[in-house]
Amino acid sequence: MLTIKNLHAQVEEKKILKGINLQVNAGEVHAIMGPNGSGKSSLASVLAGRQNFEVTEGSALLEDKDLLDLSPEDRAREGLFLAFQYPVEIPGVSNINFLKTALNEIRAYKGLQPLDARSFLALTRERQKLVEFDAQFTNRSLNEGFSGGEKKRNEIFQLAMLEPKLSILDETDSGLDIDALRIVSNGVNKLRSANNAFILITHYQRLLDYIVPDFVHVLYDGRIIRSGTKELALELEERGYDWLKEEVALQGQL
Amino acid sequence: MASSTDILADITEKDYEFGFVTDIEMDIAPVGLNEDTIHYISAKKNEPQWLLEWRLKAYRAFLKQSMPTWQNFEMPEIDFQKISYYAAPKARKKYNSLDEIDPELLATFEKLGIPLNEQKTLAGVAVDAVFDSVSVATTYKGKLKELGIIFCSFSEAVQEHPELVQKYAGSVVPHSDNIFASLNAAAFSDGSFVYIPKGVRCPMELSTYFRINSENTGQFERTLIIADEGSYVSYLEGCTAPRRDESQLHAAVVELIAMENAEIKYSTVQNWYPGDKDGKGGIYNFVTKRGICKGANAKISWTQVETGSAITWKYPSVILQGDNSEGEFYSVAVTKNKQIADTGTKMYHIGANTKSRIISKGISAGNGQNSYRGLVQVGANAANARNFTQCDSLLIGDQCGAHTFPYIESKNTTATIEHEATTSKIGEDQIFYLNQRGINTEKAVALIVNGYAREVLNQLPMEFAVEAQKLLGITLEGSVG
Repeated sequence: MLTIKNLHAQVEEKKILKGINLQVNAGEVHAIMGPNGSGKSSLASVLAGRQNFEVTEGSALLEDKDLLDLSPEDRAREGLFLAFQYPVEIPGVSNINFLKTALNEIRAYKGLQPLDARSFLALTRERQKLVEFDAQFTNRSLNEGFSGGEKKRNEIFQLAMLEPKLSILDETDSGLDIDALRIVSNGVNKLRSANNAFILITHYQRLLDYIVPDFVHVLYDGRIIRSGTKELALELEERGYDWLKEEVALQGQL
Repeated sequence: MASSTDILADITEKDYEFGFVTDIEMDIAPVGLNEDTIHYISAKKNEPQWLLEWRLKAYRAFLKQSMPTWQNFEMPEIDFQKISYYAAPKARKKYNSLDEIDPELLATFEKLGIPLNEQKTLAGVAVDAVFDSVSVATTYKGKLKELGIIFCSFSEAVQEHPELVQKYAGSVVPHSDNIFASLNAAAFSDGSFVYIPKGVRCPMELSTYFRINSENTGQFERTLIIADEGSYVSYLEGCTAPRRDESQLHAAVVELIAMENAEIKYSTVQNWYPGDKDGKGGIYNFVTKRGICKGANAKISWTQVETGSAITWKYPSVILQGDNSEGEFYSVAVTKNKQIADTGTKMYHIGANTKSRIISKGISAGNGQNSYRGLVQVGANAANARNFTQCDSLLIGDQCGAHTFPYIESKNTTATIEHEATTSKIGEDQIFYLNQRGINTEKAVALIVNGYAREVLNQLPMEFAVEAQKLLGITLEGSVG
């Protein structure tokens, strides 16, 4: 589904991704871990097409589409979804109006008619239930006055509504209490299917108890320095990152 | 992706949709203003002597006045002798039915989305259409008449209801109020007139649609709305003009009079030609709008969505004379390219327990300059007067400006006056967030701006709120990357 090859990127003159290789297949969940400042969120930003991130080398394909050639909105329309680490507030724009606009833009891109009001409402109700999203938030202004946890849950609700192929959850678990974490994870688990894939960016092994990943990668200094299965996350939890950093340093000396 | 500097370089003029000219034979007065012109206009309209004398009085007041100097923009030079003060479609003097109106005119209004054929009009909206200087049609007159409501052109009111016109015209905005009000009183050509009798709730929206068509003419219309005791009316005005390289002057006067327990809601969607992206052409929209809550518990509410004009300069105000009376002002003003808006309101608290509420939302893009200027004045007898003011500014890009000039004068210690102000920018983060959900940048800006202006748009009658939303979106197209 997602094929990243030798991806290099920089912000202004600072190199932040230094040759990422990653293959994510349909039906898989990948976790990306790593110490602060290793480039995890930058990878998400580069894939989603955030301004100021300049790709200098490499490629990123979503199915057969070259993501790097597309505008941010077209990447989204092709099925890339980023659950933001810090979802923004947009005063006066109701959550529901925003979602309707987004959904219909994506449908239009695929050559589909806009969803009529009735079907849209039915879909909203169903997905709200699926991800246990409180209906009262649906009519409020987009993220305005939401708590950190409510914002994160709104991201998952949007994910459920827009049905992307590939979802990147950028530290969706940070700032969540244990109940919210369970709800968010349940939502993601329900949305997992053979036709979509997830990348979880996280600092904590705890999330991976709820959403069990097929692969775990460690990102450090702009590169993936180790890949493994869920056991790798447990090992990191126990030993931290220093032993990996040392290994890298050692390799550098050889 | 474009950086913010590129974005500014990219600002393109979205073609002004209503910029066409109607080719129709016109009766146009020679350019220039003097007593002869006023006699000419008055004679054309077959006016009574008192009105001619009032016009002449206003003209003499006009001669003594000079241009204001306090505004926050460079005043363009206006040669009042180069403007024609009267232009009317050449045809019959009076239309008895729509069938007699020049089809070219009907087509013009159709094209503007204002069909004058009653079968085709928006349900529940009566329209008075003003083309250059003259009202060409008023719909649903018969139906309104059954309730005793008078809705007609100003000229017709002069002929049919002279006692009302003579009593109230100039009673809120005197003939010597300011240079543009004096000019209007001297040379006004037409406008709308509304009278709602005691206890009547007007069952439909009343609306006037103004269209400037001829070159080198000014449009000077007067609107007078009287809501008698316990009555209610909601009134809306819309306006457009052709694209021209020369700026044209629009100096209107609107007077509202609300008696005891009466309520007037006045909404404006102003979309005069704004000029091109270099600031060439466009309408100078210098308008005096004022209402008076004459009786106790009266209420006047102004709502305006200002997207057009090269310069908008107006302060719809309320004189809160009756005890417990209420005044409101809701405004969204958008400026882009070289547009200028200097707008706001004045609330004069005279009666006891009077209340006013001001919500102003300025949006500046491109090189646009937006000023809020407001006065809240509480008199010695206005015990327990209350005012709440909120004025917000939204900036798009870094070449535009937002300015706030609030004035507060209170002579009563029991008054409560609150003022809140914010300035914000549309953030790249907000736009990227919406992009990431499949929404392109232009739609994203429209969504953010409409959200920002929602409190004001909510005040508009339903049918027009949708139009205004679209208009805001279109107006700002091309403003961001």
